[in-house]
Formats: sequence, C-alpha cells, structure tokens
Amino acid sequence: MRVVSNEMTSTETPGFEIDPGALRHLADAQMNVELDTGDMILNLGPQHPATHGTLRLVVRLDGERVVAADPVIGYMHRGYEKLSEFRTYPQITTLINRIDWLSSFANEVPFVHAAETLMGIEAPPRAEWIRTILTELSRIATIYLFLGEMGLQVGALTPAFWGFRDREHVLNLIEGATGGRFHPNFNRIGGLKDDLPWGWIADCRDAMKRILDGCDDFEDVLVGNEIFEARTRGIGIIPGELGALYGVSGANLRASGVDWDLRRDGKPYLAYPELDFKVWTHSDGDSFARYWVRLQETRESARMVLQLLDGLPSGPIMAKVPRIIKVPEGEAWVETENPLGQMGYYVVSKGATGPFRVKIRSASFSNVSILPWLLQGVYVPDVITILGSLYFILGDIDR
Amino acid sequence: MTTLALDIGWGTTTAIKTLIVLMIIPAGALILGYTFLLKMMSHMQSRLGPMDPGGFHGWFQLVGDGIKFLQKEDIMPAEADRRVFAMAPAVVVISTFLIFLVIPAGPRLVVRDLDVGVFYALAVSSLSVVGVLMAGWASANKFALLGALRAAAQLIAYELPLLLAVVGVVIQAGTMNLQGIISAQQNGSIFGFGGLGNPYILTQFVGFFLFLIAAQAELTQTPFDMPVAESELVAGYMVEYTGFRFLFFFIGEFGTAFAFAALAATLYLGGWSIPGVHGGIADWLGPIVLMVKLMAVAFLMFWARFTYPRLREDQLQAIAWKYLIPIGLLNIVVTAIIKVAV
Repeated sequence: MRVVSNEMTSTETPGFEIDPGALRHLADAQMNVELDTGDMILNLGPQHPATHGTLRLVVRLDGERVVAADPVIGYMHRGYEKLSEFRTYPQITTLINRIDWLSSFANEVPFVHAAETLMGIEAPPRAEWIRTILTELSRIATIYLFLGEMGLQVGALTPAFWGFRDREHVLNLIEGATGGRFHPNFNRIGGLKDDLPWGWIADCRDAMKRILDGCDDFEDVLVGNEIFEARTRGIGIIPGELGALYGVSGANLRASGVDWDLRRDGKPYLAYPELDFKVWTHSDGDSFARYWVRLQETRESARMVLQLLDGLPSGPIMAKVPRIIKVPEGEAWVETENPLGQMGYYVVSKGATGPFRVKIRSASFSNVSILPWLLQGVYVPDVITILGSLYFILGDIDR
Repeated sequence: MTTLALDIGWGTTTAIKTLIVLMIIPAGALILGYTFLLKMMSHMQSRLGPMDPGGFHGWFQLVGDGIKFLQKEDIMPAEADRRVFAMAPAVVVISTFLIFLVIPAGPRLVVRDLDVGVFYALAVSSLSVVGVLMAGWASANKFALLGALRAAAQLIAYELPLLLAVVGVVIQAGTMNLQGIISAQQNGSIFGFGGLGNPYILTQFVGFFLFLIAAQAELTQTPFDMPVAESELVAGYMVEYTGFRFLFFFIGEFGTAFAFAALAATLYLGGWSIPGVHGGIADWLGPIVLMVKLMAVAFLMFWARFTYPRLREDQLQAIAWKYLIPIGLLNIVVTAIIKVAV
C-alpha cells in the first residue's frame, strides 16, 4: 500500500477504467506517503498479562490494526521429550503432569495407556472409571478457569473471580482423592495409587451441582451480555477445514462446526464408550462460539461425572504388575481428548525400564500455530480476545 | 459573598479554601476507593477484600498503600521527555482540583459561586486529557502511546454527550449557576406537590443516564476503560509511572470520579438540599446530604465498572456518535418544547 509513489497517483490514466475503490486506495496511499505513517512493531509479551505466561507475539501495527503477527514460542521449553528418555516409566508421569499444568491428571492418562498397551495389561474397571471421573474433573477445572478468564480478557473483572472460586471445589475434590491439587501423579501403570476416600462421592455430587449453577452464572453475566457479544461475535473466525489443516483440535475445532471428539470418535478408552454424552458444536467458528462450546462442555462434563458416580463399579484398583516395570519392545500411539484438545504420546520402547523415545503431541502447540493467519487485519483488543478464546497453556505449547 | 463569619483577609480565606479542597481530593479518592474498589468489588466477587489493616474491615489499606507509594523508587524511562513526564500527573490532578471549586456543599459552602458553574466544571474536567496525552507521549513506550491516543479520541467523543446531557438541566433550571440549579430543584414542585422538591432525575432521566454513561467514559472506567485496558495495554498511559507519580494518577482517577458523582448529584438529585430545609441548619446538613447522594451515584458508576466487559475503541466511538449524541439532542429539543409550552 505504501510503495505507490507520488508520480503514479498524479499521472493521467486514460484508456482504461479505474475502479473507484482502487482510487480511494491510491488516495490513502498518497496520504500515507505524505504523513509517513510507518508501521509500529509491538512486542506483546513474553511478559504480558494476556499471554498466560511467556508467549511472545511480535505484532506489526498500522494504527491499531494488526498487519502481521508472529508468535515466538519456546520461552518455557523444559525438554520433556528428551528428559523422558532418561527416566523410568513410573517417573515420567511426574514430568508429564507439568505439560498442561491445569489438567495434569488428563495428561497422565494417555501416557499410562501407552505403557499399558505395550505391556499388554489392562487396568481393572474400577480404576478406569475413577480415571474417567478424575479426567473429567480436571477438564472442568481447566475450562472453568477459561470461562472466567475470558471475561477478564475482554475487560470484565468479576467473572474471573467466580471462575477461580468455583474451580476451588473441583480442586478440593482432586486433592481429596489424590493428595495433590495441581500435580496429582496418581496414575500407576496398571491402575491407580489409591481408591477414593470415604465420603468423596457425596462431596463430588455436591460440587457438580455447584459447577452447574456456576455455569448458569456465566451464561447470565457473559453470554447474555451485549458488550461481550459485541466483542466476541465475528472475531477470529476459524473455518472448519482450515482449522483441521492447521491441526487445531478440541473445543476450538468443534466451535468451527467440526463434529469430532476423540472421546466418542477415537479409539475407545477409559469408560467413555459406556457413557451417554453429547458432543457440542457451533457453526460460527468465532470467539463467541468457542466460549459457548466450552461452556456447554463444562456442563456436559459435570453431567458425565454424575453418571460415572452412579455407575461406579466395585473391585480392585490395581492390576497385577511386576515390581520393576520393564516394557517389552514395541511402539504405541495413544491419543485422548484433553481439555485443550487432542493430546497424544508416541512411545517407542526397546525393552528397558524407560522409553527409548517419546513424542508428545500437545493440543496448544497446534492450536497456536493458526495465530499468524488468524490475527491478520484485526484490532489490538481483538488480538487479546482471540488469544483468550483459543485458550492455550504455555506449558502445553513449549513442553 | 461572605463565606466566613470571621473578618479575615482575602488571602487567608483563599488559603483556607485551597487547603480544604486539596484535602477533599485525596479524601474523596480514599472514600470511593475503599468503599467501592476494595469492599464492593470484593463482595461482588465473593471475597472479603482487605480485612486486617486498621482493625476494622481493613479501612487503613489504601492509606497504607499511599505510604508505600511514597517510599517507592521514582523511575523515569531513559528515553522519556523528562519535564513533560513529570508534569503529566500534576495536570491530571489539577483538572480534578478545579472541578471542586464550583461544587457547592451547602448554601454558603462553596469556593467560588460562578454564574457559569456547570460550563466551567465541564470545561476544566476535560483538561485531564491533556495530562493523559502528555503522560502517554512522554513515557516513550508503545503501550503508553496507544493508551494515550485512545484516551484522547475517547474523551473528545464523550465530551459532547456529557455537555448535551447537562444542557437539558440548564434549560429546565434556566441558569448555569450550580446554586441556582439546586434551589430550582429544592423549591420546585411535582404537579403542585412540593414536598419532594423537583429533583431533575424525574424529568431529565434520559439526561441522567447520558451523563452517567459519558462520565463513565470520561473517567475511563469499564466498559470504557480502553486507555488503561490492563489485559491489552498492561496499564495504558500509566504503564511507566511508579511511586508518587502513580499515586497522583490514582488519586486523580478516584478524585475525578468523586467530582463527577458530586456533579451528577448536584445536577439531578438536588445536591446538598433537602426540600423545606432552609437557613443555617442547611450549612451543617448540606455536606452530609451531598455525600449520601454522591455515594448513591457513585454506586451506580462502580456497579457498572465491576460488571461489564470492555468495549472496543471503534464500538465506543459508534455508541457516542450514533446513539448518545442524537439522544442528547432529542432530549434538549423535548425539554425546550416542554419548557416553552408549560
């Protein structure tokens, strides 16, 4: 736009028709040449309140409009894939707890499944059901924070605190069952460390009721709010096919109308095949749709937990496993639907006590890869809305 | 006009008045900050807020914060325009200071009873945008610059609805003098019933809401807080300020909120007056009555602030030019017609 020189605009151009829109464009260009309105490069992050950690966005601005945006990742790279090669299988769950630190338990599940697949053992049904309950609880804990924080991204203070408040119920449950609020490290290869404590099931029912009430609060204060709609509707639209090409997954993709959920469509895992649940989609693909889909998913998760509590089977929680875990030679790929999207582990074993190679496929890494495309031509406030609505965890990007 | 019974010189009177107003600004900022920012917001968000400092519900918290700010290092960016950077917070506070000069707190409790009181108050209130622009420009920071430019665009756009909203009151009262407006409300009557006076919120409710919305934008409070939008611009034009200078901005922000609430209470709720109460007692009751009305208005302002999300800059401009200004003009026309007809 700015390369047009003065001569070009002033010369007469008879002979061919000029599109009036193009003329206006030229006038703009000329004015920009005269005023020398250069682009401004703005560093959003790595220390910025809206980036949930250390994501850095190099944004080129024309006024408040984004010309180009370039995410710079890796400020939190901790080398978990490489570290895994030097740890035994039971030790690795401690590491992968910290990938997506908000839903640690859900991170453990695919890895433990991969190891179990290679060893040819299967956790007893009760263990699988409790795993499902805890996975869904960590999903609620993760998304609940999003539901509140999305309000904060668009400027509403109060919902953020509600999100933190109600997440506390879920964290207390996780703590009650596993002993750890954020990093439970509760999975063992072949089952779980402990059974559920006394009274936990009743507490859990109570908490789910509160979660469902809290979702109604969010619906009242944000989804029904005109300003929230004005800020999110039509902002950051991801077309379904393009999103799939970029590897976007989870609620971000479902909000673009792609009806794909690994809990239902993937290889059956945990207790999901026996559950009755609905996969929510939205056809718009904008920030509002992403918020809405996540809100419905939280409700659905709470209902799933209630279902799971009703049908919880009895029995042991640990299969027979050798004292020293050696995984036979082989390769396994296990993917699950995590709160942030598709998460998978490709585990290669050479028969030792630790894996030979682990490839971690985390959801946020792919979700964020669409940012340069998504952020073109939006305003600065929308950058924050889009970042918020994509909902990534830095640990999940950088690993 | 005699303000004090004692016969003291002009210089002494002016000094006393100045001191009082200078004390009102931080006091008002403290009261609003404590009541709404610390307590009301906390309770809306189901938490208690500070409880320990000072013993009773953490009333000392903000004073303590102020003392803390005084001890902080005064950091100035290397690239900053030093003189402008240092002056900017003062300009903001001076604009707040000047508003208080015309707001009456009783029949005789007013620093300067100007004939163009409302006009003057609105004019000096827009001075603060100069301070904001200075701060943003002199900080040599991109976030600060973006914030300052947003503030300038926003304050210019919302000056107009604010003025148009007030014009309705001025037409109805027939004067721009704030004391005149108050006495018109105190001595007015609703369909011949004078027990309540005639607070203009009843007739000028459209103007009242316009005034509140525009004041919200002038104060850069949510939903119009783009200049300081902490999730986007970190702290906007204030981003480079620390210690004492930041304290100035903080006091300026809440002091101005206090002033605007007082102005709204004066224009629409009858200010210090209670219908039927005249004479010497009004001088004593006045400040209390004004305070109660002011807090009611401030409650509305802060309620919105803690509830709503933030608009985008272009949406804010659209609201000002497409809705508020036409509604304001319409309000003036209707008020004028009724005034002439009745």
